[in-house]
Amino acid sequence: MAGAVNRTVDVLVVGAGPAGLAAAARLAAAGPYRIEVLEREQEAGGVPRHCFHGGFGLADFGRPLDGPAYARRLARAAMVAGAAVRTRVSAVGWSGPLTLDVTAPTGLERITARAVVLATGARERPRSARLVPGTRPAGVLTTGELQQSVHLYGVRRERLGRRAVVLGAEPVAQHAVRTLRGAGVEVVAMVTEQSRGPRRFGAVPPPPLLTGARVTELLGRGRLTGVGVSRLDGRSGVIRCDTVVFTGDWIPDHELAREGGVPLDPGTRGPAVDGSFRTGSAGVFAAGNVLRGVESAGAAAGEGRGVADAVLRHLAGAPWPLSGVPVTAAGALRWVAPNRIDEGAAGRAFLLRVREPLSRPLVEVSQDGRILHRSQLLGTAWPHRSVRLGAGWARRVDPAGGPVTVRIGS
Amino acid sequence: MTAGRRRGAVTRAGALPDTSAPGAEYDVVVVGAGVVGCAVARELARRPLRIALVEASGDVGEGTSKANTAILHTGFDAVPGSLEARLVRDGQRLLADYARETGIPVEPLGAVLVAWDEEQLAALPRLAEKARRNGHRTTRVLGAGELRAREPHLGPGALGALEVPGESIICPWTTTLAYATQAVRSGVDLHLDCRVEKADPGAPHRLITPRGVLRARYVVNACGLYADRFDALFGRRDFTVTPRRGQLIVFDTFARSLVRHILLPVPGVLGKGVLVTPTVYGNVLLGPTAEDLDDRTATGSTAEGLAALRAQGGRILPALLDEEVTAVYAGLRSATEYDDYMCAAHPALRYVTAGGIRSTGLTASPAIAAHVVELLADSGLVLGAERPLAPVRMPNLGEAFPRPYRDAELIARDPEFGTIVCHCERVTRGEIRDALASTVPPGSLDGLRRRTRARAGRCQGFFCGATVRAMFEEAGHPWPER
Repeated sequence: MAGAVNRTVDVLVVGAGPAGLAAAARLAAAGPYRIEVLEREQEAGGVPRHCFHGGFGLADFGRPLDGPAYARRLARAAMVAGAAVRTRVSAVGWSGPLTLDVTAPTGLERITARAVVLATGARERPRSARLVPGTRPAGVLTTGELQQSVHLYGVRRERLGRRAVVLGAEPVAQHAVRTLRGAGVEVVAMVTEQSRGPRRFGAVPPPPLLTGARVTELLGRGRLTGVGVSRLDGRSGVIRCDTVVFTGDWIPDHELAREGGVPLDPGTRGPAVDGSFRTGSAGVFAAGNVLRGVESAGAAAGEGRGVADAVLRHLAGAPWPLSGVPVTAAGALRWVAPNRIDEGAAGRAFLLRVREPLSRPLVEVSQDGRILHRSQLLGTAWPHRSVRLGAGWARRVDPAGGPVTVRIGS
Repeated sequence: MTAGRRRGAVTRAGALPDTSAPGAEYDVVVVGAGVVGCAVARELARRPLRIALVEASGDVGEGTSKANTAILHTGFDAVPGSLEARLVRDGQRLLADYARETGIPVEPLGAVLVAWDEEQLAALPRLAEKARRNGHRTTRVLGAGELRAREPHLGPGALGALEVPGESIICPWTTTLAYATQAVRSGVDLHLDCRVEKADPGAPHRLITPRGVLRARYVVNACGLYADRFDALFGRRDFTVTPRRGQLIVFDTFARSLVRHILLPVPGVLGKGVLVTPTVYGNVLLGPTAEDLDDRTATGSTAEGLAALRAQGGRILPALLDEEVTAVYAGLRSATEYDDYMCAAHPALRYVTAGGIRSTGLTASPAIAAHVVELLADSGLVLGAERPLAPVRMPNLGEAFPRPYRDAELIARDPEFGTIVCHCERVTRGEIRDALASTVPPGSLDGLRRRTRARAGRCQGFFCGATVRAMFEEAGHPWPER
C-alpha cells in the first residue's frame, strides 16, 4: 500500500470482542510488551455490544451483566492493563507472515508484530447463503442486523415491520424474539427444523412454534409479504409476515485467516489450531468464535485468556510446532476442536458438535484403530451446543501416528 | 458542466413540470430508464433538445439492467448480418472506450467455450467460423491439455475449448448510472416513480402518468420487458415480449482464484447452458437458467433452479460448491418471437421503439442509442448542432482498480474514506456519503448497494446493515415501504 506508515508492536490482536479483549488484558498485564488491538467497529466489545439481555459476566467479573455492560468492562480492563485498543481500524490484508495492512481514518499503516492473534469472531449465515429461494424483498434480517438496528440505532416497529417470523429455536432465536417484541413487532411464528423448541421462554408466552419445518420460499415484491413453510410430514403453507429473521447457523469470520494462508479446519471452517491456539502459520494464533462459530461470550473470553498464556510462552521463545497429529470428526459429529494435538500441548477440553440431536450418544476416540477413549454422554447432544470432552486421553496419542478420530454415534 | 447548460432535474414525487403551454413540451421523452433508455437519453443530450427520461420504478436500471451476467460481449456468436450483430460489435468498442473515460470497471479476461462432450467439441469449428463472419478472427481451438493448463480447477471431462479473446466483464450498475448521471448533468430531466399508464398520440403526444401529463413531440420506447405493451399504447403490435428468467448464484470472493476466464457453455440443442464467470467485484457468478414465463414480475429464484445450477456448477468447477454463497438473484430478459432486436421508427407517429433487447443489450447500449437517435432524425426530429456532454467520472466499484480504502492521499484529504463501514466489501463512509449526495441519488438501500457495494457482501448486513440504513435515513430518504 503506497503511503502506508510502517510500525511494529509485540502482539497485534485483530478484533476487540470478548476473546480479543480478554487476550489483550492478560497480555498487557503480564509484561512490558506493546499490545495493540484493532477493532473495525466504532466501539470495542464485539457482539455483546448489541445483546441487550443478561447472561454475561459471571465467569469473568463475578457478577451478572447485560451484553453492553459486559463489553464495556472487557474494553476497560484491556485499556487499564495497558493495551492500545483502537476502534474504526480495519485490517484489510497481509503484506508479510506477521505484517498486516491496515486502513484507518488517520491513514494507512503496515503493522508488523512478533505474534498476531486472530479474534475476528463469527457471523450468522444470511438467507442467500442458506439458499432459501423466492423474491428479494425488504424485511429479511439476521439477528445481528436486527439487534444493531433496534439496540444501537433505536429503530422501532414502524420501520421494522408488524408481523415477524423467526427462523431457529436456539438461544439466539429467543433473543431475536425478545428484541422484536421489545421493538413492538408481533412474532407470529418461530420455525425450526428441530423436533422441539425451547423448553423455557422466561416469564412470557413463547410465540407459536412450528417444529420439524423449514422455510421454502420468501414471498413479496418490494416488501416481504410471507414465507412458504413446509413440514417434514409433507404439509405446507404460507405464513403472512413482513419481517423474517434468520438466526443462528454461525460461520467463523475467517476472511483474514484465509487471506493470510492460515490453514482452516474443514469441519469448523475456522483456523485449525492446537490446544494452545497455535495455527499452522508460525506466530499466528486464533481464539474465540473465529475458531468454529458461536460459543458463549464467556467461553470466548476464556479462550482469550488461554491464548494470552500461549502467546507469552511464544514471546519467551517456545518453539512453534512444525506438525502435530490432526484430530478429525467422524460419524454424526460435525466438527471437533482443537484440530491438532502437539507434544506438550495444554490439556484443554475438546469441543464437539453433532449434526442432529442425539440422546445419550457414545463418544469414541481412536488413532490407527487403537481406542484411546470411550464414554457415553448423559442427556442429549444438540446441534447448537457444544459437548465438552476432557483431554486426558491426549497423553496416549502417538505423535508419530495417524490422525486421531473422534466419533459420535447412538 | 458546460457553461450556460441547464442541469436536468431528478424527481421522484410531486407534479411533473408543466408542459401544457405551446412550445413547453419536451422534444423527446424516453420511456424506460434501463441501460438502453439511459444510453438514448445521454446520446440525445448532445443536442440542444428538451429531453425527459421517465421511469416507472424508483431508480435507474431497476429491471433487466440490474440482474444479468455483466459481460461485455464481443458479439462473436450473434446471428451474422443481424442488427444485433452490428450493434453489439459497435457497442463493444464504444462501451469499452466509455468505460475508460468514465471509470466503469471492465476486465478483459477473455472467454473459453468449454466442450464437455464430442458433440460440443465438434461444434467448436462451426462457432469459430460464425465468429469470423461476425468479424472476430482471433478465436482459437484449445486442446484438453492447454485448456487444463489455463483453467486448472475445471471439472473432469473437459475435452477442449474455443478461446474468444476480448470477451470482458463489466459493472452493469455503474454503466447505467454513468449514462443517467451524464444525461442529467447535460440537461435531461429524469422522472422516477413515474409510470406511463396511457398515451394519447398526437401533436404533441400526451403521456399520462399518476404524477401528471407529459407532452412530447417525439417518444422513444425503451420499456424493456414492457416494450410490446407500450407499443400498444401507440397502436403498434409488432412483437410480443416473453420474459425469460435467468437465476444466478453469486459465490464468495474466495472462489475468485478458481477461475481465470469467462467459462461459457457451448450452445446446443438443449439450450444455451450456464456459464461461470468472475465479476468485477471479485466474486464468481454461476448461471443463468433459462425459463420462459408469462409473469413479467417473476424475478424470484426457485429451489429447482438453484439445485440445477449447483449441479451444473459442480460439474464445471467442482471446488466452487465448497465456497459460501453471497447472493442469489434472478433477472428477466425480454425475448420476442424474433431472432433479433426489434428497433423500429414510425415516422408518421414520431415514435421509435427499441424492443427485444436481450442479454447483449448492455454491450450494445451505446450503439443502440446512436441507432435510435438516427431513427429519430429519420422520423423528422431536427437534432441541432452537436455539443459536448458534461463530463462524468464514476466511483470505482471494481476490484482490479484502486479503491478508496487503499488510497492514502484520499484518506489524508478526507478521513471518511479511511472509515470502512461495510467490512465485507470494504466500502467507506466517504463513498456512501458521496453516493447519497450524487446527481442521481439512490431511492432505496438496494440502489445504494448498486452505487457502492454496501451490504452486497458475504454477511448481507449482519455487520453493517444497521449502520448503512442509518446513513441512508439520515440523508433524508424515507424508508422505502414499497
